[in-house]
Amino acid sequence: MPRLSRRLAPSAVALGSCALAGCTPLNVLAHDGVTGSRETGLGWFLVIVSCAVVCIITILVLAAYVRSRKRRTRDDAVFAGRSGVPWVMWGGVVIPGIVLLVTFIFTIGTLDAVAAPTRAPAATVKVIGHQWWWEVRYEGTGPSQTVVTANEIHVPVGQPVRLELTTSDVIHSFWVPALAGKTDIIPGQTNTTWIEARHTGVFGGTCGEYCGAQHAHMQMRVIADSPGDFQKWLADEAAPAAKPADPTAADGLRVFMTSGCANCHTIRGTGSGGGVGPDLTHIASRTTIAAGALPNTQANLMGWIVAAQSIKPGSDMPSLPLPSRDLQSLAAYLETLR
Amino acid sequence: MATLAPIATAPVERLHDTWEARPGLYGILATVDHKTIGKRYLVTSLVFLVLGGIEALIMRAQLTHANAHLLSPGAYDQLFTMHGITMIFWYASPVLSGFSNYIWPLMLGSRDMAYPRVNALSYWTFLASGIFIYTALCIGQAPNAGWFAYAPMTLRTFDPGLNMDFYALGLIFLTVSTTVGAINFIGTVMKMRAPGMSLNRLPIFVYGTMTASFAAVFSLPALTVAATYLYFERHFHMHFFDAAQGGSPLLWQHLFWMFGHPWVYIIVLPAMGMVSEMVPTFCRRPLVAYPYVALSTIATGIIGFGVWVHHMFATGLPGVSMSFFSGASIIIAIPSAIAVFAWIATMWLGTPVWKTPMMFVAGFVVLFVIGGVSGVVTAAVPFDWQVTDTYFVVAHIHYVLIGINVFPVVAAFYYWMPKITGRMMSETLGKWNFWTMFIGFNLGFFPMHISGLLGMPRRVYTYPASAGWGSVNLITTIGSAIFAVGVLLFVINIFVSLRRGAYAGSNPWDAGTLEWAMESPPPPYNFAVIPIIRSRLPLWEDQLGDATPGLIPGEGHSHVSEGVVLAEGRETFGTSPLEAHPLHVLHMPEDSMFPFLLAVAMLGTAYGLVFSLWWLAILGGVGMLACLIGWLWPRHLVTGERA
Amino acid sequence: MTSLAYDRTIQLGGEGRAPGWWAMVWTIATEAALFGFLLFSFYYLGSQSRSAWPPDGPLKLTLSLPNTILLILSSVAYMWGERGIRAGNQARLRLGLFIAFLLGLAFIIIQGIEWSKQPFGAGDGAFGSLFYTITGFHGAHVIIGLCMNVLVQIWAARGTFDRESHLAVTNAGMYWHFVDIVWLFVFASLYISPRLG
Repeated sequence: MPRLSRRLAPSAVALGSCALAGCTPLNVLAHDGVTGSRETGLGWFLVIVSCAVVCIITILVLAAYVRSRKRRTRDDAVFAGRSGVPWVMWGGVVIPGIVLLVTFIFTIGTLDAVAAPTRAPAATVKVIGHQWWWEVRYEGTGPSQTVVTANEIHVPVGQPVRLELTTSDVIHSFWVPALAGKTDIIPGQTNTTWIEARHTGVFGGTCGEYCGAQHAHMQMRVIADSPGDFQKWLADEAAPAAKPADPTAADGLRVFMTSGCANCHTIRGTGSGGGVGPDLTHIASRTTIAAGALPNTQANLMGWIVAAQSIKPGSDMPSLPLPSRDLQSLAAYLETLR
Repeated sequence: MATLAPIATAPVERLHDTWEARPGLYGILATVDHKTIGKRYLVTSLVFLVLGGIEALIMRAQLTHANAHLLSPGAYDQLFTMHGITMIFWYASPVLSGFSNYIWPLMLGSRDMAYPRVNALSYWTFLASGIFIYTALCIGQAPNAGWFAYAPMTLRTFDPGLNMDFYALGLIFLTVSTTVGAINFIGTVMKMRAPGMSLNRLPIFVYGTMTASFAAVFSLPALTVAATYLYFERHFHMHFFDAAQGGSPLLWQHLFWMFGHPWVYIIVLPAMGMVSEMVPTFCRRPLVAYPYVALSTIATGIIGFGVWVHHMFATGLPGVSMSFFSGASIIIAIPSAIAVFAWIATMWLGTPVWKTPMMFVAGFVVLFVIGGVSGVVTAAVPFDWQVTDTYFVVAHIHYVLIGINVFPVVAAFYYWMPKITGRMMSETLGKWNFWTMFIGFNLGFFPMHISGLLGMPRRVYTYPASAGWGSVNLITTIGSAIFAVGVLLFVINIFVSLRRGAYAGSNPWDAGTLEWAMESPPPPYNFAVIPIIRSRLPLWEDQLGDATPGLIPGEGHSHVSEGVVLAEGRETFGTSPLEAHPLHVLHMPEDSMFPFLLAVAMLGTAYGLVFSLWWLAILGGVGMLACLIGWLWPRHLVTGERA
Repeated sequence: MTSLAYDRTIQLGGEGRAPGWWAMVWTIATEAALFGFLLFSFYYLGSQSRSAWPPDGPLKLTLSLPNTILLILSSVAYMWGERGIRAGNQARLRLGLFIAFLLGLAFIIIQGIEWSKQPFGAGDGAFGSLFYTITGFHGAHVIIGLCMNVLVQIWAARGTFDRESHLAVTNAGMYWHFVDIVWLFVFASLYISPRLG
């Protein structure tokens, strides 16, 4: 019966989806973070109550139909009938009133619980939204400890991390479903949120507010490391770029500096200072490129450089028709930037 | 004080000549007959429904599979924006205005709406603004920032073309139509009821449109202000929304949603009112808990002004303010629950007859509740942070919009077409229509709850295969196609019935309200004699006797076929707002070209402003002034009136 | 008296406003809401402002305060004129309308002078944009009111009105008083509230 399976479908999918978390990386109901868990708990309550209400109403309507079919007389005469006000009092006021009150209390309780972490954050990450990529900055005690990367945020597992969200252009929204709900990023203000991952792993995220043509291709990843791995990652990222080790890589650096790349991108330690696009100092350490549009492989990197506008039309990255040799050495050089 | 004395028979021919519009082009452009205007609204709204539906189907084709390339991102962005604004502005409210316009005077026992020329203006500006906004699509510069157009993405820096200028001006243009229409409904319900139709005898449909009209009067200016700011910032380098210069993007959001939330009640309360008319007819008994339903309509309208921030829960507002708006957004479910249980109780305590309108009403009840509960889900702030801006919200909005607007509208067509055209619609085709629409809709939109929970954001022109949303989107596309077939069957049924439908007679459903008193279609003058009303269901008094709701002992029964004639020119009664005591004999305006010409002048100004043709804008302005002066020039006397 | 009933006698009551009166009432209601949202914007952006509000210090009252009084007086003149026609006095009506018109016109001219003397333009930040937009909207409403006034004067000269029937006078008057009252709110918000610290 169609309606029954529709009622069961959400529950079935939700249960299945937890197991298939890898298959649906942005699944709201697969919760890993501290805030995410509380929010999902509230969500389950709401979904279950909603399904129950819909079931009850559907049964009432169907039953009205069945009753009318079973009526002995076919008399369609108009009659005054009983008042029916108790139906409205119980079904329309008392029972919904109680259910909604419980919902409201649960809501406020959850709101309170997720408002702030229980202990001081282990790190503060500045996230700056751009059309259509995420700038990520860890500000240390000095410029030599500043980490600038893009589209990937590393956090130590089991510790709260503060996120300071700003935008360089339009409204975006920071959203990593498994860890926490959305926080919009509004021009002119800094919105703060916090995340805490309970388990190590890779958690997908995406921009949650329509921000223009490539809103669909503005993903990011949060990677929860063990605290030791996190510190090592921070140290590696803070270091300037590795010097080119072989002639191909050296040629790649030359291509980078002379083909216009340095106008938009920075590779710390090379003298380049472009601020329009992501910092590429440790690009090879990232798992994706183009804000999650492509896995980070040498082939994809080359494809992105020559044909960015066909992969992400409208983005600020131009399609650069480099000669084949230049392209290969550039990609080889970038691959050394771990 | 004056008294009116009896005459022998109603001069039907004289009434006919007085009230009928002149034939030919003049009659077409100048008519102020509410029935003609109502029909025009209905037809034009259906055209926009189809246009918006086509836009949706094209988007569905793009989203069926991951990484599809049917549409460029720019084209997709224009389509989803046009789909939203077409449906929400140019279909959902005007179609209800169409029914209200047609039915209200018949239901209220009057000869016309309070301001017939304003009525004509509200239609012509609706049509003109629709032509204006679709010009944008025709030149490939349709609005492209979503129907709620968040700044600063809508400013010149990020959206340099004409797209958002069309948006700002088109919406201001439409708000003129809706505002003057709302003022017309308010004036009508206050002054143009049949003698004796006191507040507790008013049909719920009247309560619905009346509440929506008050809401429109107080909420539409927020949109006018926001759109004006947008136009000024884009054209005159002013600063309202850009943070660097002291503006704020959140100002746009506050203004827009202070308009936008009441608007969603404007587009459902009249439809719920229409349902409250159909349920008693098809359950063969008066509506259960009428006073509660009337009050819940008004309560929803009022509370609807206090929930707008729930569209902004993720913007970083203080917890206290979010708690308040979360609470208000949760509590607004109660008046709706009252109405839902009143309808269900009427079905249980009545003897339902399952004609096509009743099937759509039953489907509507289920869809209403699904939409309502998903609304409560989003009212819970911390969970809203997960589901806002995902397909979960898309599911919610379509369940409330299609469930609470489209389904009642289709039911209303089946219900009132016999009165409007004199022909019944086909029951067989109607049942096919219902099942395809109901199954198609649920198959198309229920899965969106799931794709939303699986993390699919709104307004994405494509998605990666790795996201795991492919199968849900495929099901949605199939469902949408079935739903589209259902809409097609509905349109076919309209045409079939116009040609071959059975003749309806005056009251084919044996309903109880006044609009079923006269022949179908009604004569131009509606009522040969002005009825005198003594109950809520005048046409059921014969069958219900003293149990008819709204009767006051000692006052006697309604007089529908005998009463005051009022045939010296276009006359009707002006009555008092609460008890509907007859106060004046009103002389209603004759047909006039000024509403049409005024709308044309406004269209000229709109084109002038959008294309920066200042001479045209000024010319239109001069035209508007001339039309207004011509319109207002004293010609009509209102006898017995005291200013 | 016209019209005829069949079968029963209907008494027409003396009380009650004409439908056209209510049309003006609800038009004023929606316009009042419009100004409400304009002033909301002013207070909202003012509360969010990180710099001084207004940026150049509080607005001067030298022109605006006398201008406010002129507008109030124009409403008084209008009311006086309207009372005239209620007593059947055509001359008083026309004089009252004319004085109201002159005072309203003076308001617009002085506002224009004030605009030209402001140290900031409409493109100078949010305050400037709001100042000109809000006073501009108000000025547009004043001009519309002046046009209505002219029309009513023309119709009065043609003898359209009498003590029983002068709805246009009342409606144009209500609109004019609305424009006046709105100005008081605008004045209090833009000119006075920043001085209250």
